Amino acid sequence: MEIFSDGTWLPLAFAGLMALALLVYAVLDGYDIGVGLLMLRAKPEERDVMIASIGPFWDANETWLVLAIGLLLVAFPEANGFVLTSLYLPTAFMLFGLCLRGVSFDFRAKAKVNHKAFWDRVFSFGSFLMAFAQGYMLASYTIGFAHGLYAKLFDGAVGLCVAAAYGLIGASWLIMKTEGDLQKKAIHWAKFCLFGTTGAIVLVSVATPLVSPRVYERWLSEPTVYAMALLPIVVAVLIGLTFYILNRLPKAQDRGCWKPFALTVGIFLMCLIGLGYSFYPYIVPDRIKIVDGASAPESLMFILVGALIVLPFMIGYTFFAYKIFHGKTKELAYY
Amino acid sequence: MAFCGINQLVTILSQQKSDVSREKGPFVMLNLDPVVLARIQFATNISFHIIFPATTIALGWILFFFKRRFRKTENPLWMDAYFFWTKVFALCFALGVVSGITMPFQFGTNWPGFMNTFGNIAGPLLGYEVLTAFFLEATFLGIMLFGFRRVSPFVHDLATFLVATGTTISSFWILSLDSWMQTPVGFEMIAGKAHAVDWIAILFNPSMPYRMAHMLMASGLTASFLVAGLSAYRYLRGEKGEAVMAALKTGVFLAAVLIPLQVLMGDAHGINTLKYQPQKVAAMEGLWKTQKGAPLVLFAWPDDKARENLYTVEIPKLSSLILTHDLDGEVKGLNEFEGRHPPVAPVFWSFRFMVGLGGLMLLTSWAAAYELIRKKSLSPLVARALVPMAFSGWAATILGWYVTEIGRQPWIVSGVMTTAEAAAEHPPELIGISLGLYLLLYAFLFTAFITTLFYMARKGAAQQA
Repeated sequence: MEIFSDGTWLPLAFAGLMALALLVYAVLDGYDIGVGLLMLRAKPEERDVMIASIGPFWDANETWLVLAIGLLLVAFPEANGFVLTSLYLPTAFMLFGLCLRGVSFDFRAKAKVNHKAFWDRVFSFGSFLMAFAQGYMLASYTIGFAHGLYAKLFDGAVGLCVAAAYGLIGASWLIMKTEGDLQKKAIHWAKFCLFGTTGAIVLVSVATPLVSPRVYERWLSEPTVYAMALLPIVVAVLIGLTFYILNRLPKAQDRGCWKPFALTVGIFLMCLIGLGYSFYPYIVPDRIKIVDGASAPESLMFILVGALIVLPFMIGYTFFAYKIFHGKTKELAYY
Repeated sequence: MAFCGINQLVTILSQQKSDVSREKGPFVMLNLDPVVLARIQFATNISFHIIFPATTIALGWILFFFKRRFRKTENPLWMDAYFFWTKVFALCFALGVVSGITMPFQFGTNWPGFMNTFGNIAGPLLGYEVLTAFFLEATFLGIMLFGFRRVSPFVHDLATFLVATGTTISSFWILSLDSWMQTPVGFEMIAGKAHAVDWIAILFNPSMPYRMAHMLMASGLTASFLVAGLSAYRYLRGEKGEAVMAALKTGVFLAAVLIPLQVLMGDAHGINTLKYQPQKVAAMEGLWKTQKGAPLVLFAWPDDKARENLYTVEIPKLSSLILTHDLDGEVKGLNEFEGRHPPVAPVFWSFRFMVGLGGLMLLTSWAAAYELIRKKSLSPLVARALVPMAFSGWAATILGWYVTEIGRQPWIVSGVMTTAEAAAEHPPELIGISLGLYLLLYAFLFTAFITTLFYMARKGAAQQA
């Protein structure tokens, strides 16, 4: 294997790890941001259940964002500096949203009862700001930080798309974790968000090759075009299947309540593969290549060894935590 | 109010200009340097952030102590104390996490030169913090907060223990990196980038053990004064039940034991700084000229332009005695480091206010400890004094960090790269917008935090009555 002998495998391994961290982040923090987006549509007592369903997890979920940005920082410091200075204001707004939603979550339970509705609104607003800013940043990154009205419109549209995708996974989470009226509402929300997500995927798939000649080239050159044509087909099947299942839920004994969530994870995975394929071999589209932008091998080795030792434990106790809070959400109590 | 203070600060700081080109805009009228703005923004972020980890690192261990006392004595008062302080912990933890996530993003948005040059060293240390600490504390926090009725008592104890361990491990990595920026060793510069040569030397760099010990004790003091102060507030409102008394005693006794140790630790840290960063100590002491038998300047108005102190009140030879343990020892003055030393006034004042707060901490904690041991109760005077002291740890910690971080200037990594060299070239308006957003956000969050803290304390009282 050539890549093992010439030392390029380390940067590639880190790019892979980063993609994995981003996927896990989009799924895990995606569902709790999604719950935040949907919250104002629910009745006050239902909101308590929604919050309770994400309570034990949101903090660890958010840590995946720190890991993803940490990996970018560790392995590709130049790309990190370039991307974040280019996205200065969107980053500030995303962090603003992140702060608001993270704290309102805690304040709503501890502040005066008549302040609860206020903190619910802050939570929802913060969640939206965060989802929108992330979509905006993703779009801007994909089209190489292009300026101009159309570029900004595209960025904004993808911002809304990511909000729809998070809404979808949030609703799927609620279908799995709740029952009764709230679950029925969640099924309705999921259908609505699935329309949005489908539109989002079509928009990004059509617009990106038009904006970026390199992506056009990469996707439509033979012979890979036949292999990559599979990807949209798989996505279409996954979306169709999700619609089909959503229309038949809820079932007796709540069979299959986990299926929309699993299918949504599948859709997210396919989108990530599509994005990754478009970018490769660049870490910053058209500017910095993965192999050129990486840190020194001795530093990457130092962190990789630690990561390989720590990761099994991390995955282990994450599963442990999900097992403890497995099943339908009950009221959230400190004791 | 706050904005007036910032304007003055800006005027002071902007005396050191950088050569970053400026574009036209409203901030040019105010003569604002983008590097100064970026520094104010970073200082704002980190000052707000440090309050919360400084509280949670030690509060986690106090919670573990409550938990262990309960398991040993089976007296439910310990669980009452545990549950009340768990809520405070959860609030501080959430604020610490969200304000902390801002920090790594700032490296990219505002200080790309730092990561471009030192990424090979800073990167792995930050990466290890995420891997070994953040996931551990975040995951077990969920079990600690909401799992009490879902897991066995042992697992719940373990979760509390692991959350406290996680916060402490996290402080190790970040203090190691900060200390390395103060006293960089174990690396070589190849083609303008730092490369690690000896990881052990990097992790345990010369100032690291001292800074780590000083900070962990600062956290102990911060948490114990918060516990003592808020308990004294409840005590004054007539809530003198066993749980409140237990928390009050824990806070007071811990503070009373830690404060003299912290004074000794601070002295050791100062002597270590004298060895590796003498210019910082000279700024702390306000010593403009190298001299034997240097006096201890109690009060003065350091004039950075004239390079001398005005209105000086000093004790002869005491500075030499403290720093060199010899009445006629030589102490290096700022004249040896002209152009390479920090702005004197902010370092000089932060240091004096920190030491002053330390004195107040000693006075109140010992007075309260004396009363609690002798009379088994608190006099209203001492109880009232403890309430505002709930925040003394935050103030002293922030001031201490101002001493060490402003004291490192003009360097971002001592002797290798200046702070101005690391800054991104943003137009000042852009940084102005984000800085304005952060100031508004933090003012809002801090108000909500303090209000909620006292609301929770009052609600506790109402439930008991």
